[in-house]
Amino acid sequence: MNPKLINVLKRNAVGYLFLSPWLLGLIGLSALPILASLYFSFTRYDMLTAPDWIGLDNYREMLLNDQKWRNSLKVTLIYVLLGVPLQLVFALSIALMLNRGIRGLRIYRAIYYVPSLFGGSVAVALLWRQLFGGEGLVNLLLRQIGLPGHNWIASPDTALYTLIVLKIWQFGAPMVIFLAALKQVPTELYEASRIDGAGRWKQFWRITLPLITPIVFFNVVMQTIQAFQAFTPAYIVSRGTGGPLDSTLFYTLYLYQKGFTHFQMGYAASMAWVLLIVIAFVTAMLFLSARKWVYYQE
Amino acid sequence: MQSILASWKNSKWPTHLLIIAGAFIMIYPLFWMISASFKPNTEIFRNTSLIPETFTLENYRYGWKGLSGVTFGHFFLNTFMLVAACIVGNILSCSMAAYAFARLEFALRRVWFALMLVTMMLPFHVTIIPQYIMFNQLDMINTYWPLILPKYFAAEGFFVFLMVQFIRSIPRELDEAVKIDGGGPFMLYGYLIMPLALPAIITTTIFTFIWTWNDFFAQMLYISELKLYTVSLGLRMFLDAMGQNQWGAMFAMSTLSLIPLFVIFVFFQRYLIEGIATGSLKG
Repeated sequence: MNPKLINVLKRNAVGYLFLSPWLLGLIGLSALPILASLYFSFTRYDMLTAPDWIGLDNYREMLLNDQKWRNSLKVTLIYVLLGVPLQLVFALSIALMLNRGIRGLRIYRAIYYVPSLFGGSVAVALLWRQLFGGEGLVNLLLRQIGLPGHNWIASPDTALYTLIVLKIWQFGAPMVIFLAALKQVPTELYEASRIDGAGRWKQFWRITLPLITPIVFFNVVMQTIQAFQAFTPAYIVSRGTGGPLDSTLFYTLYLYQKGFTHFQMGYAASMAWVLLIVIAFVTAMLFLSARKWVYYQE
Repeated sequence: MQSILASWKNSKWPTHLLIIAGAFIMIYPLFWMISASFKPNTEIFRNTSLIPETFTLENYRYGWKGLSGVTFGHFFLNTFMLVAACIVGNILSCSMAAYAFARLEFALRRVWFALMLVTMMLPFHVTIIPQYIMFNQLDMINTYWPLILPKYFAAEGFFVFLMVQFIRSIPRELDEAVKIDGGGPFMLYGYLIMPLALPAIITTTIFTFIWTWNDFFAQMLYISELKLYTVSLGLRMFLDAMGQNQWGAMFAMSTLSLIPLFVIFVFFQRYLIEGIATGSLKG
């Protein structure tokens, strides 16, 4: 055989050998499961009897009749649309303050990062239950300064906002990313604009922000995708119910209830597919909009 | 007056004060939780101060007992074992894939790489139901296998991506040196790339630790046997037994559960911060 061909075959064999764990994972843990869940989404399946093909019934039921589903989508959208922008505004504002060459940057950065480190844990979600409960710390503090308390978690008007506050509280991770990006903005640009008489405010809008739009975009995409999938805080704060009055019933929590408490696996699978489509749509919109506002150098 | 104003304007003290005040508000709930873990239950709901009026270790003693003779020590040990198994899996499988993507040439490499980036964005809910059914059929419910096995198949693309970025930054001239000495692709992986990629491996270790430690959804899904409970699941028990007398114990165990994360953070802060930053910047 042609020695060159042997060489090529050998190279491919070695390449695929190293790739094999990942490739098996891609097939067995991603590709096939995605297809399987697409199949299940057209069935009624309780894991005890064989899946029963019912066509589009799950989707029809969900989109047309299921008030609870509609509500869970609304709750999740509010969480994403309020939580992500507010979190990123905080992240960027603090990053800008820290980036002004102040001393102790590393310590400040570390302190602000700590909530991101702990934020996803059950421990912090449990803490949140206490903080915003009727007799919680927030109310104690409010009463100390003479303001009336409110049962933040037991009231359907405010329960979701305690979760949004928890999301915003974890602004440290995107802040770290913003800080790294801000360091890359060439200082000459600021000097030049100062000579031209531009103030801080103008510098931010004309220089800083345009130059870091790729990172803003990255943070928006990643945080949005993550926020759609948030589960632990809603589960813990509402004790798995999504209450009061379904006001914290995140999409993922409802999906979990359908699939793993009521064992309506087919319905849960169709919910998962709709979630996939919603996330894909939102991400695609973000990428499309990026052409208008993300500024790439070169 | 003018000069005082000017110096105030130029000095960075206002910024410092603002940043410190912000940091204090951010961290206050955590400090308060730690202090509450040393307060008697009756005091927790009336004392906003960080200093306990009555200092007690009773919450720790009571909380540590766990349930039906299974202590929190058990949960901690379980979680550490789980975390260790996950770390080994992620390092092995992700470094292999990353090495292939960054250094080896084979057909469809770009296609696979693009697919990997896509899987990073997939919501895991779309795979979790079939995965659960599969692990159920393999009789692996109430074992750690469903939590560990995916790590041995590089299921978390983030780490592959992180390592690819890192390996690409290792100069190719070093590869030549190994090749001149007669080393093949396996030598290159084991003796050059892996040792030089140590920072990326440490970052992978740290993030695997944090994510597995904080994980709740998958652990709740697959584990219902008390003896196999992780720390997350142990903490959830406080939700079911939520009498007023449980809060102190809950805060005590919550505080303990955050200590390993905090230790990692203190010792490996640089890797954590860089891991987060490079995940985006070099992309």
